[in-house]
Amino acid sequence: MAEKVLMKGNEAIAESAIRSGCLHYFGYPITPQTEVAAYMAKRMPKIGGVFLQAESEISAINMVYGVAATGKRVMTSSSSPGISLKQEGISYIAGSDLPAVIVNVQRGGPGLGGIQPSQSDYFQATKGGGHGDYHLIVLTPSSVQEMADLTSLAFDLADKYRMPAMLLADGTMGQMMEPVVLPEPKTCTVDKPWALTGTECKREHNIVNSLYLSPEVLERTNIERFERYKEVEKNETRWEEYMMEDAEYCIVAFGIAARVAKNAIKVLREKGIKTGLIRPITVWPFPSEPIRKAADKVKGFISVELSMGQMIEDVKLAEECKKPVSLCSRSGGMIPDVERIVKSVEEMANGEAK
Amino acid sequence: MKRLTLFLGHYGSGKTNLAVNWAMNMAKSGKSVEIADLDIVNPYFRTKDSQKELEAAGVKVIALPFANSSVDLPSIPSEAYALVEDKSRYGVLDIGGDERGAYALGRFSPYIREEDNYDMFYVVNFHRPLTRNAEDAYYCMKEIEVASGLVFTGIVNNSNLGAETTVETITETYGEADKLSKLSGIPIVAVTAEKSIATSDMVPLNLQKRIFD
Repeated sequence: MAEKVLMKGNEAIAESAIRSGCLHYFGYPITPQTEVAAYMAKRMPKIGGVFLQAESEISAINMVYGVAATGKRVMTSSSSPGISLKQEGISYIAGSDLPAVIVNVQRGGPGLGGIQPSQSDYFQATKGGGHGDYHLIVLTPSSVQEMADLTSLAFDLADKYRMPAMLLADGTMGQMMEPVVLPEPKTCTVDKPWALTGTECKREHNIVNSLYLSPEVLERTNIERFERYKEVEKNETRWEEYMMEDAEYCIVAFGIAARVAKNAIKVLREKGIKTGLIRPITVWPFPSEPIRKAADKVKGFISVELSMGQMIEDVKLAEECKKPVSLCSRSGGMIPDVERIVKSVEEMANGEAK
Repeated sequence: MKRLTLFLGHYGSGKTNLAVNWAMNMAKSGKSVEIADLDIVNPYFRTKDSQKELEAAGVKVIALPFANSSVDLPSIPSEAYALVEDKSRYGVLDIGGDERGAYALGRFSPYIREEDNYDMFYVVNFHRPLTRNAEDAYYCMKEIEVASGLVFTGIVNNSNLGAETTVETITETYGEADKLSKLSGIPIVAVTAEKSIATSDMVPLNLQKRIFD
C-alpha cells in the first residue's frame, strides 16, 4: 500500500489533479480554497506544468475553456462567489461538450457572504448555475481522502462523457488536515478525436463551438447531449449507505454534514432510535433510486444540510411523497452539530417534525 | 534562553501549536512572556484559538483584534513592534507558513539581527507532501531564510500523521531529520509529539484541535 501523508483537503485536490495528468491550472485566490492555487503555484513549475493566476475568475474559466478544447486535462478552483463569476464560462464549456474539472470549496453566501463552510451552492451546482440546458457531474467529498480520490475520478468522468465535472466541497473539507493515500499517477486513456491539436494538413479541422444559430440544430445537439446525461445517470450515480439495513429513519447528508450525521446516528441508536444514512457522493446525478427504495422501509427522512434547505427538494422528488421529509440545517457558515441532528430525528420520531 | 523565539516552517508543519506550547512552558518556568501572532497566510487555526489557556497561564497574547473573526485581512498587529524592539520583554513569534508567511518577518528582521538575541526554529513534518525528505525540507528552509532575512538556529522535528500518529511515525523520520541537519549545519533541538504519544526523549505537546470524526 502506498504511504500516507498528512494533507489539507485543498492540497489533496491539487496533488491529486497533478497525479491525474492535469498540467494546466488557472485560478484566482479566494478563501477557503487558496491552498489549491498556492500548491499549484509551488508544484507546476517543477513538473513542466502551467500555473497561472488570472486577473479574474472570468479569465481563469475561459483559460480552462481554451485548454479543454485542446484535449489536455485542465482544472480551476474557487469558492462560492468566484464560482458564480465562472458560470458563464462553465455554460460555454458544457455547451461545447468539453471535459474540465471545476472545484468549489464552498463558503457562506449569498453575496460576499463569509469565509466559513457552507453547502449553499447546491442548487447552483446541480441545477445548472449558468444558462441553458446542461448538467455537471457533481462529486461531494466527505474526507481528505475523498478530496483526493474524487478529484481523480472527476478527471476520468469528465473525459469519458465529454462534460465538465465539479468537485463540490466546503470550507471544512478544504481546511482540515488528515492522513491520505494519494492516487497513483495516471494519464487520460480516452481518445479525443475532437481536440484542437493542429491538423498538420492531414485531416479536416475540428471545431469547438457552443453557437448554433439554427434552432433545429441546437435542439438536436441538446437532445443528443441529454442522451449522454442519461448514460451518466445510469452508470455514475454514487452514494454510501450507512446503517440502513434496519433503519426506521433515514438521514440524507453529504460532505461534512454526513460526518456529523454518522456521529448523531451512534447517539440515536444508543437511545433506541434506529437511524441510518444515505450519503450522496454524486449530487448530480442524484441517488434517487436508493432513496425511493428506502421510502418503502423507513418512517421518514431528515435532510441535513449547511444551507437553508436545498438538497431537501431532491430528497422529496426521489421519495415521491411516500414519507415525511424534514430539514435539519444551519446556514451562513454554521455547521449542524450532533445534538441538533439528534433532536431533529427525535422530533420526527415523536411526530413533532415540522 | 534567548529573548525572542521565532517559529517558522512549511505550511501546516505545526508552528502555531509549537509556539503556544513554548510560550506556556516559558510561563510555567516563571518567565514573563508574550506571544505574537504574525500569520499573514491563513485566517484559520490561529494563536488566538488558545487565547484563554495562554492568558490563564499569564502569557500576554498579541493578535489582531479581528483574528478568528472571519475578517480575512492579512496584517500585523502594531503591538508586535513594541515586543520586538523593547529589549526588556520575552517574546514568542508565530509566523505564517512557507516563504510567503516569512515575508511578514522582513519588517522586523533588521532589529532582530542587530540585537542578536533570538532563536529561530524550523518546524518540520516529514509526513507533509512537500517536505517528505531532507532535500525538499532544506529547499523550503532556504526559501524561508531568504524571505525573512534571518537564519535558523535550530530544527524542531514535529513529524506526525495527525490522529494516526504512532511512535514509529515519528522515529522513522529521524534519518531524514539528521540529513537535514547535516545539509543545513543547523542542530536538531527537539523532537515533538502529542503528549499521549511522546516518549521520554520527545517534547510532549498539548494540541489545539478541532476534530470532526
